[in-house]
Amino acid sequence: MFDLTGKNALVTGASGGIGGAIAKALHAAGATVALSGTRVEPLEALAAELGERAHVLPCNLSDAEAVDALPKQAVEAMGGVDILVNNAGITRDQLFMRLSDQDWDDVINVNLTSTMRLCRGVMRPMMKARWGRIINIGSIVGATGNPGQVNYAASKAGMVGLTKSIAYEVASRGITANCIAPGFIGTAMTDKLTDDQKSGTLAQIPAGRMGAPDEIAAAVLYLASNEAGYTTGATLHVNGGMAML
Amino acid sequence: MSDVADRVKKIVVEHLGVEEDKVTETASFIDDLGADSLDTVELVMAFEEEFGIEIPDDAAETIQTFGDAVKFITEAA
Repeated sequence: MFDLTGKNALVTGASGGIGGAIAKALHAAGATVALSGTRVEPLEALAAELGERAHVLPCNLSDAEAVDALPKQAVEAMGGVDILVNNAGITRDQLFMRLSDQDWDDVINVNLTSTMRLCRGVMRPMMKARWGRIINIGSIVGATGNPGQVNYAASKAGMVGLTKSIAYEVASRGITANCIAPGFIGTAMTDKLTDDQKSGTLAQIPAGRMGAPDEIAAAVLYLASNEAGYTTGATLHVNGGMAML
Repeated sequence: MSDVADRVKKIVVEHLGVEEDKVTETASFIDDLGADSLDTVELVMAFEEEFGIEIPDDAAETIQTFGDAVKFITEAA
C-alpha cells in the first residue's frame, strides 16, 4: 500500500524536523523528492542520507520571486511535480497588543502567501497530468487559536480556506488538496518552549505525550497516495486527542 | 479551412469530447460545447503549447468561441 514509485514530490521546510520526516517517508515509498528550505547544510545532509532520487532546491520563502521560481526548478530537477507539501512555517510569537506589523507580515508571507504561490505554480503540470496531491501542513492552533500566536494561527487558518477552495476547483481533474493539522510535535519549534509550558501543554493531551515527526509524515504519505484519491478538502488532525475536531 | 483552424479544432474535439461538426465558427465553448470555466483555462493552456505563444489572461477572457480562438492565434502566431 501507498506506493509512490514514479511520483515527484516537492517538500518545503525539509530542513526542519517534520519536513525531513515527510521527505524521508515519501522517498521510502518510492517518490523522487525535491528538498527545499533556507538552510542548505541540513538539506544537503538529508539528500546525502537519501541517496538517489533526492534533489536540493534552497529557497527563501519570504522572497516572492524565489517562491515563484521554485516549482519551475522542481520540474527541471525531477521532470514534474505530482505532490506538493507546503510544510515550511515560521513563528513570531507575541502578545497581540504588542504584535508589530512586521511580525504579522513575515508570518503571513512565509506561511500563507508562499503556500498560495507554490500551489499556483504546480497547478498547470498537475492539470495536464490529471493527477496531483497538494498537502498543506497547518496547525492545531489554526482551528483552536492560541495566545501569543495571532499571526501564526491566522496564517494556518488561512491555509484551510485556501486548501478547500483549491480542492473545489480542481477535484474533477484528479487533483486533491488537503491540510494536516499537527498538534504538539517534538521539533526545534517546540524545543523553544519552557519546561513549564511543555508540562502545561502535555496535561491537555489525552495521549499524554508529544507527537513524533514520523506520525505527521505517515499522514502525508496517506494523503499523497493513490488510495487517498477521494479525500479532498479535508483537514486531518494529528494531535493525540488534544483537540477532537 | 486553415491549418491553424484544423489544429485548434483537433484540440477542442479532444479536450471537450465533442463531435467535430459541432465545432463551428460561432460555437461558444461554454454555451454550445459544454465546457466549464476550468475547461476554458485548459484550452488556452493547450493552445499556448500547440502554437508556442503566450496568451495573457485578459486576452484569454475574450476567447469565447472557436472563431475567437482561431482569430487570436492567427494574429499572435
